[in-house]
This record gives sequence, C-alpha cells and structure tokens, in this order.
Amino acid sequence: MSIDAGTKSIGSEFSGEIPPELRGGEGDVPPGIGPYELAWRRLRRNRVALAFGGLFLLMVVLCLLAPVYAHDIAHTTPAAENITGTVKVGGKNEYIVSLIGIPIGPTWHSHYFLGADANGRDVAVRLLYGGRNSLQIGFVATFITMIMATILGIAAGYFRGLTDGVISRGLDVIWAFPAVLLGVALGVTLAVSGIDIGPIKISGNSLFVPAFIVGFVTIPYVAKPIRAQVLQMRDREFVDVARQQGLSHARIMFGEILPNVASTIIVFIPLILANAILLEAALSFLGAGVQPPNPSWGTMISDGVAEIPAAIHLTLVPGIMLVLTVLGINVFGDGVRDALDPKAKVRV
Amino acid sequence: MGRFIIRRLIGMVGVLFAISVLTFLIFEAIPNGDPALRIGGRLATQAEIAQIRQEYGFNKPIYVQYVRTMEKIFDGTVTSYTQGFNVDQEIRRALPATLSLAIGAGIIWLFFGIVFGVVTAITAGKTLDRLLTVLALIGVSCPVFFLGALVLYYFGFEWGIIPLGGYVPITQNPAEWFTHLIAPWLVLSVLFIGIYSRVLRSTILDTQGEDFVRTARAKGLSERQILMRHVLRNSLLPVLALWGLDFAQVIGGGAILTETVFNLHGVGQLAASSIERLDIPPVLVIVMITAFAVVIISALIDVLYALLDPRIRLA
Repeated sequence: MSIDAGTKSIGSEFSGEIPPELRGGEGDVPPGIGPYELAWRRLRRNRVALAFGGLFLLMVVLCLLAPVYAHDIAHTTPAAENITGTVKVGGKNEYIVSLIGIPIGPTWHSHYFLGADANGRDVAVRLLYGGRNSLQIGFVATFITMIMATILGIAAGYFRGLTDGVISRGLDVIWAFPAVLLGVALGVTLAVSGIDIGPIKISGNSLFVPAFIVGFVTIPYVAKPIRAQVLQMRDREFVDVARQQGLSHARIMFGEILPNVASTIIVFIPLILANAILLEAALSFLGAGVQPPNPSWGTMISDGVAEIPAAIHLTLVPGIMLVLTVLGINVFGDGVRDALDPKAKVRV
Repeated sequence: MGRFIIRRLIGMVGVLFAISVLTFLIFEAIPNGDPALRIGGRLATQAEIAQIRQEYGFNKPIYVQYVRTMEKIFDGTVTSYTQGFNVDQEIRRALPATLSLAIGAGIIWLFFGIVFGVVTAITAGKTLDRLLTVLALIGVSCPVFFLGALVLYYFGFEWGIIPLGGYVPITQNPAEWFTHLIAPWLVLSVLFIGIYSRVLRSTILDTQGEDFVRTARAKGLSERQILMRHVLRNSLLPVLALWGLDFAQVIGGGAILTETVFNLHGVGQLAASSIERLDIPPVLVIVMITAFAVVIISALIDVLYALLDPRIRLA
C-alpha cells in the first residue's frame, strides 16, 4: 500500500502540477523543485523566446478580431468585391482596381489599409480572415497529430512484437511518401469526395479536410521518437513495479509511461504547429488545401503570385504574416525545448 | 547481422507493397472518377467508352486492375489516362531537371548545414551563435514558394540578375543551365540548412559531454583534434542519415513546390500537374519511385547504424 502511494505521487498524474511535498517554499529555490517548475523558471528568463511567443499570441488575437476589424474599421467583408469603385487617398480619389486591372497598393488608411486584390477586395480584411482559417487548421492538425502519435508511439513501444511491427510499418508507409505529394494527392481527391468514414462525414470544401490531411501526414515524425523513448523506458524499474502491482496495460501506458514522455510531447507541439501551418499553406498554394471562396494565407499567396509583377503586395502581405507567425512559434518552441532540457546549463 | 538484414528486407517489401496499394486506393476512391470517361474525352460515344473499359480492364474487379497496373509499371508500358503519353518516357524527360536541382541543392545545403552547425556549436551561447540561430529559424519559417516568388520578382524581374524560371539542359548550354538553377538551388537549400545546422549543433553539444571526449581531452589532444577526430565523426552520422532521406525525397518529386515556382518541368511538377488532372498512372509511378528511394536509403541507414552500434541489432 505504501509503495502504491509512492509511485502514484511521483509519476501517475499527467499535469504540470507539482505534488505538495516536492514543491519548494517561498522565495528560495529548494533542491526538490519539480521539472516543470524548473523549466518554467528557465523559460521566464529567456526574454527572446517570450517576446516571440508574444508575437505569435498577438497574431492569434489579431486574427480572432477579424470580424471586428472588418465591421468597425474597414467597413467591408472578406468576400465583398469592388472592381469599379474608388477610394480617397491623400485627398484625391483613386481607382481600387485601375483600368488596366492593377489593384491598388497599401493606402495606410482604414479603407484598403494593405491595398486591394484583383477583385477589389480588402487585403487586410482577407488577411485576418485567412489567418483564422490557417491557424484553425494548424491547431486542429496539431491536435490530430499529437493524439494519434502519442497513442501509436506508446502502444508500439510498450507492447513491442506484433503490435510494434504493424504500427511501425504503417508509420513507414506514411513516412516514405513525400509529405507534400501525399498531401496534394489526398487533398485533390478529398476536395472532390469529402471524408466519409462511418459516423464522420465531412464535405469536400470544409476546413477539416486540409486539417485532417496535414495532421495525418505528420504522425510518423512524432510517433517514431515517442516509440523509441518508450522502448527504452518499458524495462525500467517503475514499469516493472507497476506491472507487479497488477495495474492494467492501459494504466501503465497512460498513468506511468505517458508522464515520462510528456516533455518530449510538449517539445514537439510548437514544431508540429509551425510545420502544420506551413504545410497547409503549401497545399493551398498548390490548390489542394483550403478551397475557394474561403481565404487562407496559402491561397492568398497563390493568388498573389498570379498577379506578379503587377502587384507584389498581394504576395508580400500574406507571406510576411505567415513567416512572422511561424517564426514566433519556432523561436518560442526553441525556448521551450531549451527550458525542458535537463542537461541545459542555464541557471535557475 | 545477416538475419537483421533479411528482416529489414522483408519489411521493406511489405512497405513498398502497402504504398502502391494505398496510392492506388486514394485515387480509386474518387466518385465520378471513372478513368474511361477521361481517356475517352468529351466526344466519346457510349460504345467507345465501353471499349476503353474493356481494353484497360476497368470493368474488372479492383484487385485485378491493381495487378494489371503493377505489371505495366514494371514492364515500362504504362501510359497516362488523360494525356496518352508513356509515363516512363515522360519521367525520363523530367529527370535531368530534378537531378540537377537535387544534386546542386544537396551539396549546398549539406555544406552550409555542416558549416553553420559546427560554428554555432563552437560558439554556443555567444553572439554569433545567437545570430546564426535566428537566421536558421527564419530559414525554417519561410515557405519555399513564398521565398521563391520573391527571389524571382526581385532578382529576376526588378534587377534582371537571374532568368525568370525555366530549365536549360546542361548538354545544351552549361552556363545557362547554371544561371537558371542557381536561384532554385539556394531557395530549396534555405530550409534544409536551417534544419541541419540545428540538428548538428545539438548533436555536437551532446557528444561533447560524452566520456570518450573527456578521455581524449585527458590524453592531451587539442580542442581542434578532439572536434575533428572524435566529436564530428560521431555527430555527422545523424546528419548524413537525414541528408540521404531528404535527397531521396527531392529526387522523387519532393521538391514539388520549388519546381512549380521556378517552372523547372521536373518530376515534382509532373506529379503536381498529373494530380490536378486526376491522372493516376504518372502519380502512382512517381510516388513508387520516391518510396523506393526513401525505403531503400532508410534501410541502408539502419544497416549502417547496426554495423556501427551492436545494441541496435539485439533490439
């Protein structure tokens, strides 16, 4: 009974919370400080990582405020076209789309702040709405990847043998496909047919289709390292003890092993999120991701490239937004990884 | 060791089989995707379509169709559904552009990846390390198609330094070949340089903490000797393994975005245009070639690792 209580308090709760007996007192740093508390203290001292994390949060908030911006500042909608209209810039009226079809560049005013596209739509409004779609797909795809990869990776590493063989070869199959090629192939076919697996029915132009594809093709990148780690861990004493106590496989896997691979999982989340947003943009660029009339950063860049060289701002605006967002995630993720690294030389 | 290789080979064949089935099924799952209609074109009569079905075997059960397609692929007689070209010849035509892109870019990204990785590891924590780390992260965050479009616009259109895309065979004009490829090489390399320098930096830092490095230092070797003889030799292995896989992917059409942006008419662009037309045979062949390359190279890497590290063989 006492052993049971002991193992429980150390490794059975999957949360960042530190058990009371391990938590330090006020002010000074006690020797028994928990790994996540330690990581958090390291992260807090990394100003650069925090700044870029803030940049990413800012992007998310801006995109969430898209309807407010569209309604109260730009007074338009992401789909409203205005090919023949004019807009006041510096006291004189200028065509939104010139007579030879060149859209206006950034006006730096509330109307057409970042210019117009070839159909006379407000680029700034579409940028924020497109960002909502890109981020939403990124988050959903990351969620799918992390959940699937964690379950598959732990199961393969824990059960070994046949289970491992089947899962690992399955991951090899996905892995051997070039990610973009598989994504485009799935994207084109699913955009026509939608997803129809038993109870799950999703229409072809839904945002969940690209999210599902992006989430699916990145599973091996996370599942393989988790499997490798679990493989090493399953012979350790705490797993033996749990097994001798008669805990079920599920409880050993998710109560004992999962908390010990949690830091690996956390490190992967920003990486996969950045990758998912980039992959969605790539698929949309090739016409196999977000389907019109939905905007996303990838489709906007794709539309913009078609207008090169007449209107470079149509490529620059969504591209820079995309790069800044992904850069924010990457630098912050780098900081998280350094903070969680037990060998890090950074003082607390 | 022999048993390990045999086990790996069997797994390889299984993976390749699964990949071919999966690719076939992805496209078979399309509704209204009857290939006979696409081969026949818009003006075909019912009788003609029925004849095409008979000829290509589309009225047979799906596993028969699969086996027949595979036979044709290995014969080299498989033809496109919509364009009527022989897929083998078309891929051969696209291959020089893709190989030129892959080899040039592969050399550039490996070289700069190693240089930046070593420099950042040596100067870890200092200003130069921070600067290169930020550069690497920017590189990793830039989508290839965005970077490519900007390079084409500024260097090609605005300043006229490079040609506006396209590919010139090296046999036709080596100088033109080079000027057409320099931008795609660099653009494709940026992402990989970012990844490789990060991977190498962390493996070097890990290796420097190992016992054998302490022993080497205790023997009185100079830091330079330790780095070249002991640390780099151990740290380069994962980078080279990564390089093999990425290189295989690029050859097999993985550079689909770079090829599309720079209009190189390579294997990736062929795959992209075939997918757009829902044209199964070229996609199937390209995906299988890539998968072959990736699976074989990763098996080779596994064997290499097993040779170097006996612990893996026992697992």
